[in-house]
Amino acid sequence: MKSIHDFRTPLGRVRGLGSAKDGTGTFWRQRLTAVANVPLLLFFVGLLISLNGATYDEVRAALASPLVAVVLILVILSAFVHMAIGMKEIIEDYAHDEGVKVALVIANIFFVTVVGAACVFSILKLAFGG
Amino acid sequence: MSETTATKMRPRPLSPHLFIYRPIPTMVMSIMHRITGGALYVGTLLVAWWLIAAATSPVAFNTANAVFGSVIGRLVLFGYTWVLMHHMLGGIRHLVWDTGSGLEKETATKIAIGLPIASFILTILIWIVGYMARG
Repeated sequence: MKSIHDFRTPLGRVRGLGSAKDGTGTFWRQRLTAVANVPLLLFFVGLLISLNGATYDEVRAALASPLVAVVLILVILSAFVHMAIGMKEIIEDYAHDEGVKVALVIANIFFVTVVGAACVFSILKLAFGG
Repeated sequence: MSETTATKMRPRPLSPHLFIYRPIPTMVMSIMHRITGGALYVGTLLVAWWLIAAATSPVAFNTANAVFGSVIGRLVLFGYTWVLMHHMLGGIRHLVWDTGSGLEKETATKIAIGLPIASFILTILIWIVGYMARG
C-alpha cells in the first residue's frame, strides 16, 4: 500500500482518521442512534397511546415506574444525540458564512443540551416522586 | 487591475442546483427526510413541555393536556406522528442501503414511492389504536 505518493506517517495511516481527526465516528454514531431510535421511539409512541386520556395522577404513576423512566431517558438521550448530528449536517450544508455557521453549530449544541437536560430532569423528578 | 475588475464584474460560474432538476421520487424523499428530521428536532419542544408540565404541577399538566387535546393540538400531534413515521421508515431505508442492497434504480424508486403511503397508513393505525385505548 505504501507508495512514493503517500506522505502519511505509519501511525496516521493506522489511525485512519484523516484531516478532520474524527474519522467515521460521526457517521457511526448517527447509524447507532438510528438503530436504537426505532424500538425506543416505538416504545414512546406506545406509552403515549396507553396514556391517552389519562389523568395527572395516572401519568405520574406511569412515569414513576423504573422501567418506563429508564427507557424514557434512553429515548431522550438516543434521539437527542441523533438530532444534534443531523442538525449539524444541515447547518454545514446551508450556512455558507463562516461566522453564521459557527454560531448555528453552537446554538444547535446548546438547544439539544438544554432541552435534553430539561427532559431528563423531569423524568428523574417524576421517577423519584418529586 | 484589469484582472480584478473582470473578476468583480463577472460572477463565478455555479454548478446547477436543486431547482434546475425535474423532481424524481428518490430526490423528493431525500429532501423530505431532511425536512422531517428538522421538524422532529423543533417538535422535541412539545415533548419537553409535556414532561416538564408533568413534573411541575397538576395545573401546568392540565394546561399542556388542554392544548394538545384541542383540535389544532391534535392536528399538530397527528402531523408530528406522521413526520416521525416518515423519518423512521426513511431511516430504515438508509440502514438497508448501508448494507449495499436496495440501491438499484428501480428498487430505490419503488421504495421512494411506497414510503409516504406506508408512513401515512402507520400514522392512521397509531391514531386508531390511540383512540381505541381511550375507550
